[in-house]
Amino acid sequence: MDKQLALEWYRKMALIRRFEEKCAEGYAYAKIGGFLHLYIGQEAVAVGAISALNDDDDIVTHYRDHGHAIARGLDTNSLMAELYGKATGCSKGRGGSMHFADASKHFWGGYALVGAHLPIAVGLAMASQYRGEDRLAMAIFGDGSTNNGGFHESLNMAAVFKLPVIFLIENNLYSMGVALQRDSAISDLYKRAASYGILGEAFDGMDVEATHEATKRAVAHVRAGNGPVLLEAKTYRFRGHSMADPEMYRSKEEVEFWKQKDPIVTWKARCVEAGIATAAEFDEVEAAANREAEESVKFADESPEPELSTLCDNIYANPIGQTDCQLV
Amino acid sequence: MRTITVRQAIQEALREEMRRDENVFLMGEDIAYYGSAYGVTKGFVDEFGEKRVKDTPISETAIIGAATGAALAGLRPIPEIMSINFALQALDQVINHSAKMSYMFGGQMKVPMVLRTPSGWSQLAATHSQTLELLFAYIPGLKVVMPSTPYDHKGLLKSAIRDDDPVIFIEHALIYGAKGEVPEEEYLVPIGKSVVRRPGKDVTVVSYSRMAMLAMEAANDLAAEGIDVEVIDLRTLRPLDMEPVIESVKKTNRVVVAEEGWKTYGIGAEVQSRIYEEAFDYIDAPVRRVAGIEVPAPYNKHLEMAAYPHKANIVAAIREVLK
Repeated sequence: MDKQLALEWYRKMALIRRFEEKCAEGYAYAKIGGFLHLYIGQEAVAVGAISALNDDDDIVTHYRDHGHAIARGLDTNSLMAELYGKATGCSKGRGGSMHFADASKHFWGGYALVGAHLPIAVGLAMASQYRGEDRLAMAIFGDGSTNNGGFHESLNMAAVFKLPVIFLIENNLYSMGVALQRDSAISDLYKRAASYGILGEAFDGMDVEATHEATKRAVAHVRAGNGPVLLEAKTYRFRGHSMADPEMYRSKEEVEFWKQKDPIVTWKARCVEAGIATAAEFDEVEAAANREAEESVKFADESPEPELSTLCDNIYANPIGQTDCQLV
Repeated sequence: MRTITVRQAIQEALREEMRRDENVFLMGEDIAYYGSAYGVTKGFVDEFGEKRVKDTPISETAIIGAATGAALAGLRPIPEIMSINFALQALDQVINHSAKMSYMFGGQMKVPMVLRTPSGWSQLAATHSQTLELLFAYIPGLKVVMPSTPYDHKGLLKSAIRDDDPVIFIEHALIYGAKGEVPEEEYLVPIGKSVVRRPGKDVTVVSYSRMAMLAMEAANDLAAEGIDVEVIDLRTLRPLDMEPVIESVKKTNRVVVAEEGWKTYGIGAEVQSRIYEEAFDYIDAPVRRVAGIEVPAPYNKHLEMAAYPHKANIVAAIREVLK
């Protein structure tokens, strides 16, 4: 294991965790509105998977998108500002928590309708194939999406056209509050790949290295022109579905069991034990992540609100004539 | 000038734009080897190949979602949904995604996609005979075009393909065979511009698509009686260009709005209320609306004919406002 890489993965996971702890605070102080779905516990999936992609590979993801955005390297200032609804936000305060995006980083957005972004990944892959490029597309979604019609349509179409797509399920065992066994006919979701004649693989999503390795294998398979792959990260969110979730549907024992697998804590312990880096080196990296998270809050707080005069901007890329949107 | 059909006009627009721009491609159910349900893309796969004329699974969500994704990446996809009724399956993709991406992500994304879909009826019964352009016209972020003449079909489709926003291009299945003058040389018709199809001084008829063609016929019939009808064709339902309508109302002071759709909450309701808002003082008689009967389309031919409006309904409404 490369030391720099081990520390970089740790830095990214810690940054996601700290950033989101700041989100929870901001939400409590009503600096952040709307729905807020935290990714805490699942950090290894975003960091392990996205680090296996090229910078120009396309990513679309779901509403629990903070971790993916940070793993892809979006500016945390712009992300916190987006949560604060500020003009400096990555989506200029129009998207909020569920709609982070940065087209320049091929991060095509968080989508808030369950499973609805899977066909968009299919289209991004279609464009790559059309132009004979080497880019692949990754769609990241939860276990709940796999029971949606769009999942079937997307996997079938991608398989028929042999498109370069990785479908990555973050199986955190709950569709909002409904346990996987209660809403899915099979609990090993990667097995659904067989229905489309494509490769499917499950791995420990609490392990950043296992996630990275599985994704790398999938990337190689897809880039070789073999069509799509279905990956299943077995993971867990330590918090509720959203900040509004009283968590009545799972036991404290179950949550505690999974917290023992904390991807950040276990990664550090494993690397220190293997002599890849010292505890002090990890602490230093973590301190830097803390500072970055804190600075993002300061940046967001001090950023200006969007001007009301911009309310109607960007409804169209090519606005025509007098727009029907007018601020009175 | 030569005369061609609406179908040929659409074919010419597609062919010219595909030849002009490598990024333009077609995808949809049965569009390649079958040639599409209404024969519009017949022969296209021979000229452009499977890469640019893609037969897809019957998966409306995936067709529109994939077209959206391809558009984000800079291609100019033209997905075809075989019937506007099937577009209901993909409404989430259109309304929640294609339409909103530009705004919701702060202007960093463009979706240059043209969703072509036929609307229409002909003993197809309730689920295949709906007039649903209103559903799309309601949504900010979409541009919704529903032309009447072959000239407009060609010019507007070419503009739609070159436009950087998602355009819903609705073709009325009953007018694919209608003929009209179309020049050989290239031209564009701008999206978002209503047109005075026929000038007149006694009464204004506002319409679009097939009903605009019927309004023209009604106007010609009434001309023989000395009634001078001005016909306005909206052509684009969003953004809606009311300027020629308001100008016309100020001149004629009497208006009929004609559409196939159901009256309640319809396009006609919108046009009517805008006239009341913007030109109330110029109105000499209540604005009349000609619309479809508010019933799921029946299969029986006689019942179906009674459910949809025809030229006679427009003529009767014109006589009504002239009383």
